[in-house]
Amino acid sequence: MAYSFPEEVLEHVFSFLHSDRDRNAVSLVCKSWYEIDRWSRRRVFIGNCYAISPRAVIRRFPEVRSIKIKGKPHFADFNLVPDGWGGYVFPWITAMASSYPWLEEIHLKRMVVTNACLELIAKSFKNFRVLVLSTCEGFSTDGLASIAANCRNLRELDLRDSEVDDLSGHWLSHFPDSYTSLVSLNISCLGSEVSFSALERLVSRCPNLRSLSLNRAVPIDRIACLLRQAPQLVELGTGAYNAELRPDVFSSLSGAFSCLKELRSLSGFWDAVPAYIPAVYSVCSGITSLNLSYTTMQNPDLTKLVSQCPNLQQLWVLDYIEDCGLEAVAASCKDLRELRVFPSDPYEEDEFDIALTERGLVSVSEGCTNLQSVLYFCRQMSNAALISIAQNRPNLTRFRLCIIEPRSPDYLTLQPLDAGFGAIVEHCKGLRRLSLSGLLTDRVFEYIGTHAKKLEMLSVAFAGESDLGLHLVLSGCESLRKLEIRDCPFGDKALLANAEKLETMRSLWMSSCSVSFGACKLLCRRMPRLNVEVIDETSEVAESRPESFTVQKLYIYRSVAGPRLDMPDYVLSMGEESPDLIG
Amino acid sequence: MEVSRRTANLLGGGGGGRGLNLKETELCLGLPGGGGGSEVAPEAPKANGKRGYSETVDLKLNLHTKEPATLDLKDMPIKNGLKEKNLLASADSTKDPAKPPAKAQVVGWPPVRSYRKNMMSNKNNKDEGSTDQKTSTASAVAFVKVSMDGAPYLRKVDLKMYNSYDQLSDALGKMFSSFTMGNYGAQEMIDFMNESKLMDLLNSSEYVPTYEDKDGDWMLVGDVPWEMFVESCKRLRIMKGSEAIGLAPRAMEKCKSRS
Repeated sequence: MAYSFPEEVLEHVFSFLHSDRDRNAVSLVCKSWYEIDRWSRRRVFIGNCYAISPRAVIRRFPEVRSIKIKGKPHFADFNLVPDGWGGYVFPWITAMASSYPWLEEIHLKRMVVTNACLELIAKSFKNFRVLVLSTCEGFSTDGLASIAANCRNLRELDLRDSEVDDLSGHWLSHFPDSYTSLVSLNISCLGSEVSFSALERLVSRCPNLRSLSLNRAVPIDRIACLLRQAPQLVELGTGAYNAELRPDVFSSLSGAFSCLKELRSLSGFWDAVPAYIPAVYSVCSGITSLNLSYTTMQNPDLTKLVSQCPNLQQLWVLDYIEDCGLEAVAASCKDLRELRVFPSDPYEEDEFDIALTERGLVSVSEGCTNLQSVLYFCRQMSNAALISIAQNRPNLTRFRLCIIEPRSPDYLTLQPLDAGFGAIVEHCKGLRRLSLSGLLTDRVFEYIGTHAKKLEMLSVAFAGESDLGLHLVLSGCESLRKLEIRDCPFGDKALLANAEKLETMRSLWMSSCSVSFGACKLLCRRMPRLNVEVIDETSEVAESRPESFTVQKLYIYRSVAGPRLDMPDYVLSMGEESPDLIG
Repeated sequence: MEVSRRTANLLGGGGGGRGLNLKETELCLGLPGGGGGSEVAPEAPKANGKRGYSETVDLKLNLHTKEPATLDLKDMPIKNGLKEKNLLASADSTKDPAKPPAKAQVVGWPPVRSYRKNMMSNKNNKDEGSTDQKTSTASAVAFVKVSMDGAPYLRKVDLKMYNSYDQLSDALGKMFSSFTMGNYGAQEMIDFMNESKLMDLLNSSEYVPTYEDKDGDWMLVGDVPWEMFVESCKRLRIMKGSEAIGLAPRAMEKCKSRS
């Protein structure tokens, strides 16, 4: 066709499409658009490392510069996935080492990363810039030393929430003196003390440093001199924030903070001593993100700090904030968009420790008109409160409520909380993520199936009465991608009746439910592009299980790579060995 | 009476109407290989048009026929009779009937990541070998629960934040000032040297602070040197002087042994 656009023009147009969904749509228009997208795609997101083989990704997208891969299911965060389950990134790194020499960024979540992986990364990618390891494990500080020593162009090293075998803080000293390109460093999950002088020299020679999250071992009296070397910081995570109050330390710290004109985000504050908190007051007016979820500071100091941040958009805090603190947030932080309240003492048995109740959340829902995202742990809830919240905040996109005691009813009426959650899904039409808790019957799933049309991720625990609940969700929630269920009376019927739905989703996790071994085999036989994995940690030989045996844990996910080959003993794939479907 | 009829509907699942009629939503199964297409109520949309498994699984869903747009939330159960409400309101209520009596820890519940659990338990962790932190002191914090008789909730204090009984007393007074109406805040710490003063206090309706020590004994606050108190105190309870009278003999002994 003589009048078609030159490829370069199309490629340029495509470069304005940032979402994967848009690029995927564009690639389906015609063969030439598919090819142009193929060659120009620079970022790839693999939501499940077992959904596709590394080879297949490389074959389709030969010029990738940035890759993000997720491994274990979300419930692995709560110890529901046994060790050795999988999620190994090594096969991906080896494949990319030879095929993506210009790779710049690797983002991993819930994957097993070994020192060998880190060494391979350090050696293979000459222009490597960004390494983000979120909730990963399997490596030690020796692996970090390789990265520090070899990645000349490293911009970002972010170890958020990873479990690192922390042998010593010496690895930080492996950054050579000539290395000056650091922009972001997050070592908050590490326990060992890093050499402070190495840290200070690193900070002082990296003029582009924007984000620095220290670990607990950095004492409060050292922070001031670090901050003075980096007045351009936008994000800061302090180390431990406690010491006996000394006026010289306080004024030094206070002075250092007042120089941070660009600071927008604060976190850390382990063991915070209230007397030192006023040192940060000078930056509060610019703060948009505050993570106080590691600090044991209580009211009134905690509330006082938060209320000084009128531009706050994101607040993570422990339940020490209490209802009164949240009322103050509702009054002062009018631009709040995300609130997370974590339990300070998740196993607290004493019933009278209830200074944080549903009232705090209702206040915030009333006062903060931009509130979109909520994660809230509490000990009591009522339908009336949930209905209020839903009516106040129809713009909620993420609502995760955890009432700590399983199956807690509405504490005022003793009824199930079906109506309350029903109101949430009815009013919040853009809701994408929902976590349920409390006493719930099948009725709540009727509401969800009927109303939650944009819902992408649903977490359910100790809820429902029968298979109808699961069926209502699978048949009603058109946008559902991830479903995770534990301790619910859901079984074979709903699963088998909605088998095709499962292929439209990324994954389904069910543990301590009522699904039988036989149903898993049946499902697998019918749906060749689903991997159906049964996790069975008891000692009996798996093959001898009768069809009626109830599986402990079940993980089902769509895949074009066939059953994986790295399963441990206790994971059984229900399918027979199938050939690589890519061919 | 209106209230009880509604309650009956909710619990009994009786005739039609608008309560939580769960019987109508019962999932029924036909025989495998039997009957033709499933009967699905119109407002139960399926994700796709296929009915691949209707030969083997025949679902009969008689969903409660409600207009999705007008989910009748006014029908949510209103509060039950006063009796149940009273059971909940009283601070002395025993465990809610819906809760199991003993609490065994459920794996992975509540859904809190392990590093968060470690953070909080480390605050009381006196073990220096802990891999998550290396604090310079043996234990940087000493949180204890403080309850006050008649107050609806507990507080927690970190004893390491104070250097003397006076400072602690001040802080407790502020914390519970709304409940004491001045009966606590104004007083000085218990004077153990003065026997008659002590007895007056313990006979009065003034509040006195008591604590549970490492051995599980309840003692009057103030009887040992401050540092020893911080190390041995496990929890605090502020009670009326007249209730603390049973603790007096030990206090008296200490008093005598000093004079």
